[in-house]
Amino acid sequence: MLKTFKLGGVHPAENKLTENKAIEVLPIPKVAYIPFSQHLGAPARALVQKGDAVKTGQLIAKGEAFISANIHSSVSGKVLKVDDVLDASGYKRPAVVIQVEGDEWAEGINRSGEIIREISLGQKEIIQKINEMGVVGLGGATFPSHVKLMVPEGKRADVLIINGVECEPFLTADHRLMLEKGEELIVGVRILMIALGVKKAIIGIENNKPDAISNMKKITGNQEGIDVQALKVKYPQGAEKQLIKALINREVPSGKLPIEVGAVVHNAGTAYAVYEAVQKNKPLVERVVTITGKSVKNPGNFLVRIGTPIAELVEAAGGLPEDTGKVIGGGPMMGKALNSLDVPIIKGTSGILMLPVEESGRNTVLHCIRCSRCVSVCPMGLEPYLLEKLVMFEDFERTEKERVMDCIECGSCHYTCPANRPLLDYIRLGKNKVGAIIRTRSKK
Amino acid sequence: MNLLKVSGSPHVHTDESIKSIMYGVIYAMVPAMLISIYFFGLDAVRVLLISVIACVMIEFLIEKYILKSAVTITDGSGIVTGVLLAFNVPSNLPWWILVIGAIVSIGIAKMSFGGLGKNIFNPALVGRVFMLISFPVQMTSWPIPKPLFAERITDAITGPTPLAIMKEGLSAGKTVSQMMPEIPNYVENLMTGFQGGSMGEVSAFALILGALYMFYRKIITWQIPLSYIGGAVLFSGILWLINPDKFVDPLFHLVTGGMMLGVFYMATDMVSSPMSAKGQILFGAGAGILTILIRVFGAYPEGVSFAILIMNAFVPLIDRGFKPVRFGEVVKS
Repeated sequence: MLKTFKLGGVHPAENKLTENKAIEVLPIPKVAYIPFSQHLGAPARALVQKGDAVKTGQLIAKGEAFISANIHSSVSGKVLKVDDVLDASGYKRPAVVIQVEGDEWAEGINRSGEIIREISLGQKEIIQKINEMGVVGLGGATFPSHVKLMVPEGKRADVLIINGVECEPFLTADHRLMLEKGEELIVGVRILMIALGVKKAIIGIENNKPDAISNMKKITGNQEGIDVQALKVKYPQGAEKQLIKALINREVPSGKLPIEVGAVVHNAGTAYAVYEAVQKNKPLVERVVTITGKSVKNPGNFLVRIGTPIAELVEAAGGLPEDTGKVIGGGPMMGKALNSLDVPIIKGTSGILMLPVEESGRNTVLHCIRCSRCVSVCPMGLEPYLLEKLVMFEDFERTEKERVMDCIECGSCHYTCPANRPLLDYIRLGKNKVGAIIRTRSKK
Repeated sequence: MNLLKVSGSPHVHTDESIKSIMYGVIYAMVPAMLISIYFFGLDAVRVLLISVIACVMIEFLIEKYILKSAVTITDGSGIVTGVLLAFNVPSNLPWWILVIGAIVSIGIAKMSFGGLGKNIFNPALVGRVFMLISFPVQMTSWPIPKPLFAERITDAITGPTPLAIMKEGLSAGKTVSQMMPEIPNYVENLMTGFQGGSMGEVSAFALILGALYMFYRKIITWQIPLSYIGGAVLFSGILWLINPDKFVDPLFHLVTGGMMLGVFYMATDMVSSPMSAKGQILFGAGAGILTILIRVFGAYPEGVSFAILIMNAFVPLIDRGFKPVRFGEVVKS
């Protein structure tokens, strides 16, 4: 029997419409909008100003805090302005706006297609390089990758887990990477193993991608210490804690990080970005984005420069379908609904999904019938129905005691509720309030 | 271009709804309905229709004229209560008693608590117990089943249920083996439904068939039915092993009275059962033990209704004390 995590989970329609579409290169935009905050943590500090000429791959903003990441220009041209622009959050945030002229790359970046298998850097230099090149987790959470590689004092990693699960419906970016860039990706995995000082890596891939599994197995066939593990299809298997449970049967304690059980998880896309950063000296300036939806004329997987307005990607996929009611950055389970197509693609954008009007709204909310489905699907073993009520009654003390902070916001409860209750909306509110309470408490 | 909608994730939803769940339960009860019509004829049709129409009408009237709220009778929950109420009465019950039962079920047990999802007790069982206590004679004069197109075997129109025969015999000092001949072919007849009893509870076979459908549709889960049966079998089994002359065997308990109806259709009622798997197991086992306790040592020959209602009352407490297995609580190495 295939491995999977034990507690909870759902199986929404997979809708992998683009799994057979090879990665195409999207033309460079005329104007690029590059936000300073494309990662979890502190925004990067701008190094350029209006009128500056920049090259592709040039550092334009520096991540100075411990949890932050460098930002590089994804295009060459002239800085039009450093100003607030609308991003995926729905708010205006600081960004560099660049008028594109040609495509001139900064020096020292190896853009050839040749695969470099020899790893010449040591542990410290690798982490340094990954930091320099602005690599962040490409699965969606965009946690700066170099921070994850620095194992805290007193802790020890013994296994690297590569997340090739892609459990979100519709998305196929990682799937295509594992098929088309498998060799490079595996070099990336080896680099990450050296950086962590581990002898073992496991690549977890859901069983709905048999071609990716066999390709990865073929490539890793004669390499020591890298296992490819097929997993039963179940959402949210791509969540860090669920993936660790599924692959090595260790349970990350409540409120702790994976390193607590000796594991570090990196996304498959991140492994590829690490390869490019370390072997090719190439900063993270482009990524694979799935553009999809049932009414989309030409859904596909595109290699997109960071900062490209979503509208240009939508054009490449045959334009915005007439019946579109909602545009989502990411997958349908955890993605963010966008309020404008002017929003740029950033490091964490794994897909753009267009939903027709009739699937865009929410169903009428009815009374909870205590069917307990939300409880049985919760992968963290929480009671969403109860958390919803506690937040409604503003009993945040008990909301905290019922472990609201454990929620990973996977949305399985809301997805499964036959009464259409907005469970996750309330739980998010609860996390926000309880988070604030915890912060004030720890300040005292 | 349309204005883009913005909302929090998730952006997709399962096809399952309250309505689809309720109608799923109704479909699951079709085999038992057909069996009751087979054994009790037009009387069964009459009781089913009166009960369902009364339940739905009362819900409609209360929502429309008393609560002045949205009318929700299309969700199917009123029909479910109506069918279950009909299943819980003898097929010759006067119509006005049935209407009173429907008023108590929907009016008191369901709507006065706030409607679907808010009721503490199973509405159909509250109605049933109310009728049983208020009209004990009418509620316990069971028509002898007469299969369609068959000749009546005896002249009697009504007779006691197997449970009542057994209880009376045992309390008169007879032994189980002395009583058994009075319940002919008990396994076969009881499985198919050829026994005196409430019209929906007689056929264990039809009820299990419907239950299988509910398992398939994931409307019910194994926790409550299995622990209910487990609790009942374990407790009655221990008594039986101690003294098989004084206590009847577990199988008899399973196929007689309202056991199957209670196990699969009443105790599993989502609204009035616990939320966590652990809580559900406790709930089921408790109901199983209480059922046997009442049947063997109580004043009534049947205990399913009381057992489930008593356990319903414990649900808020069970939900407080029995939490789901939390991820990351127990660290395994």
